[in-house]
Amino acid sequence: MESFRTFWGATSLAAALLVAGPALAEYPEKPVTYIIPFGPGGESDITARMQQEAFPKHANGQQLIIQYKPGGGGSQAWSQINSLPSDGYTIMGTNVPHTILQPMITDAGYETDDVNAVHYFHYTPDAVVVPKDSQFQTLQDLIDYAKERPGEVTFAGSGSNSANHLMQQQLDKLAGITTTYVPFKGTGAAVQAIMGNQTTGGATYSTVGVNYPETRVLAVAAEDRLPSLPDAPTFKELGLDWVGGAYRGVAVPAGVPDDIKRQVSEIIAQINADPTFRQKMEDGGFVLSDITLDKMPEFIDEQKAKYREIAEDMGLVKPAQAEAAQ
Amino acid sequence: MERLGYLFDALTPLNIALAWSGVVAGTIIGALPGLSATMAVAVLVPITFAMEPASGLIMLGAIYTGAIYGGAFAAILVNTPGTPSAIATTFDGFPMAKRGDGDLAVTLATIASVVGGLVGALALLLLAPPLARVALAFGPVEYFWLAILGLTLIAALSEGDLLKGLIGACFGLLLSMMGVAVVGGDVRFTAGLPQLIGGVEVVSALIGLYCIPVLIDMVATPKAHLKVGTTPRGFRLREAMALSWRYKFNLARSSVIGTLVGILPGAGGSIAGLVAYSEARRTSKTSKKFGTGEPEGIMSTESANNATVGGGFIPTLVLGIPGTPPDAVILGALLVQGIRTGPSLFTEQASISFTFIYGLLIATVLMLPTGLLIGRYAYKSIVSLPKAVLVPTIAFMTVIGSYAIQNSGVDVVLMFGLGVLGWVLSRYGFKPSPIVLGLVLGQIAEQGFVQGWLIGGATNNLMGMYFGRPISLAIIAFIVLSLFYPLIAPRLKLGRPPAAKPPQETPHHAE
Repeated sequence: MESFRTFWGATSLAAALLVAGPALAEYPEKPVTYIIPFGPGGESDITARMQQEAFPKHANGQQLIIQYKPGGGGSQAWSQINSLPSDGYTIMGTNVPHTILQPMITDAGYETDDVNAVHYFHYTPDAVVVPKDSQFQTLQDLIDYAKERPGEVTFAGSGSNSANHLMQQQLDKLAGITTTYVPFKGTGAAVQAIMGNQTTGGATYSTVGVNYPETRVLAVAAEDRLPSLPDAPTFKELGLDWVGGAYRGVAVPAGVPDDIKRQVSEIIAQINADPTFRQKMEDGGFVLSDITLDKMPEFIDEQKAKYREIAEDMGLVKPAQAEAAQ
Repeated sequence: MERLGYLFDALTPLNIALAWSGVVAGTIIGALPGLSATMAVAVLVPITFAMEPASGLIMLGAIYTGAIYGGAFAAILVNTPGTPSAIATTFDGFPMAKRGDGDLAVTLATIASVVGGLVGALALLLLAPPLARVALAFGPVEYFWLAILGLTLIAALSEGDLLKGLIGACFGLLLSMMGVAVVGGDVRFTAGLPQLIGGVEVVSALIGLYCIPVLIDMVATPKAHLKVGTTPRGFRLREAMALSWRYKFNLARSSVIGTLVGILPGAGGSIAGLVAYSEARRTSKTSKKFGTGEPEGIMSTESANNATVGGGFIPTLVLGIPGTPPDAVILGALLVQGIRTGPSLFTEQASISFTFIYGLLIATVLMLPTGLLIGRYAYKSIVSLPKAVLVPTIAFMTVIGSYAIQNSGVDVVLMFGLGVLGWVLSRYGFKPSPIVLGLVLGQIAEQGFVQGWLIGGATNNLMGMYFGRPISLAIIAFIVLSLFYPLIAPRLKLGRPPAAKPPQETPHHAE
């Protein structure tokens, strides 16, 4: 462990020399630990690494230190967030719909409101993706095929009762079709199945279409077409009323003073406004969002209502039980 | 070959220095029980942000390959695998060290790691795009059968008592089911404790099952940990080279197995080592000596696990799908650098990809002198350290290591609990390897089976799904061969002209 510290020390020093940031505010005065509730290599990690690179420039030249605390689809970390030091030097990644669905469906060890999100900085819209050589050129082709052969269309996605699973259920409901959802361990494994023609396609994220040239995106669940996928229509354009995806943000432990909360939110917002960061995120297919601290309560309530309805439809929560959980 | 020009880009003093320091850092981190290659790479990623993409990649690749190799030290000298990839290295590595041949074992592991690393990296250099297709041909059903093939190794690993081996493997399979199921999302075997929702973390379980019983035994027996050689014998490089030449087919086969397993996302070095070990054992003339300190055993696992490094980069760079867990971290680092993976990486961005691949080759070669020196130092210090220092140090490392994987205290408790359980069980003849095999392969088998069932069921073609795909059939053939080989082998030998050796009696596990 000591050798780790030395490495970190060396890195911070090197970076501090490189980017002698102007001393604007007092926070942060030392490196900030950023706990990612997933393993390395996933989208939460990749986007956190992009923040890590830009962090010193907007935070008094201080480093962002990434730690992983994976397990239980993130619940392992979120169930422990409020026992972490509340000095503002430990922050954690947070995700919607994960932090909404997990406590709703099972005893995840935490409640949605235990995770004090201060900023949701981007989201990755849901997308229907097929292999490049697939017979399906448009979502309508695929819907027509699924209508003729109920259940035969298979979608690979990441995990059960996840954002991907929910999208597949929404698609079935809105298009009046029956498809089969096949859960994989993580988006990488799902992409492997999609590109290998193991499944008809994927109920996954738009980033897959951007990062894997051997796939074709049939539709994205965003309000508008994405700059990185100009040819992919939105669900709404195709007459299916669905906008969804995974939001990623930053949360702090309970007890962090309000002014520090605000400063964390501001630093994240500044990074979001950084042109280099924006460029990299958009190239990667991520959609930047600015759900800052003041917009948070409204956002969370809205998302809760949205996902409760879907979870009830899927039979994951009984309506009565949902009332009780409220 | 204009590509050869990139060799000179890789040979700049900076790149060589980065490759070398990466190998050193990786080897040391890998040698510490509990600190894995994934961790080594993840911790050092931010350093590479300020570098040129190719240089950063070279350093990460060097750390990765160094860490995989470094795992062998602890496996050989202490009987505790330094990384999961070195599990199978303990089987013959530690018995060799115990009888006083630890220096030879370390040198053999070094040579084998370099050979395996070179084979993997050459496959990456020469055959990456076509080999990436192999990864895509493997669907859920192929993974299921592959895991079953892996489970047939129980026969080879249960050290004398097949029934106990099977019971141990079933226990491992049950452990693998703890937590939230990937397919279905059910919460299983958590006794209502939210702390267990994440399931059993494989690496910390492994640290517990392999390290804790060793520590308890070290404390419980008055004898010295390792037999000390009477006279210093140097690296024993000549001897090791001769052995490597004698078993060159083993090295080649194991390296190819490692490369192929590395190409398959989700498998990784631990499985590569186990598969190569059992293949080496099956085809060896002295298979009965495996497990008692047979050089062939070390050579097979160490060449295979380092071959997964180059193999794993193939799907990572060509498809953007990480071949092994450390590759996932490196892929993230690439995206931060603004590099897009895909076939174009090998054409439009050839200056990055080929410079990196040559850098990986250079790092692998550098592993030979570096590893020999570090290995000699490690051997001397382990031999001379009194148990009173060695045991607490390793115990401390197991706690740090199991905590650091997920920054989780629960993992430390699980590690320790499983370790004590493992020690009790081994006193009744239940060895840790079948348990670990069940734990590692259980998830792969379960997910592959259920995913295959969902896909096959959707298209009303369950039989065709499981038994109608060419790669599946080939794997099934291997399973049958692996299960019945002990029965078939003597007959094959009888059919041939008189063999040099009398037909072997049916080995113990052919019930």
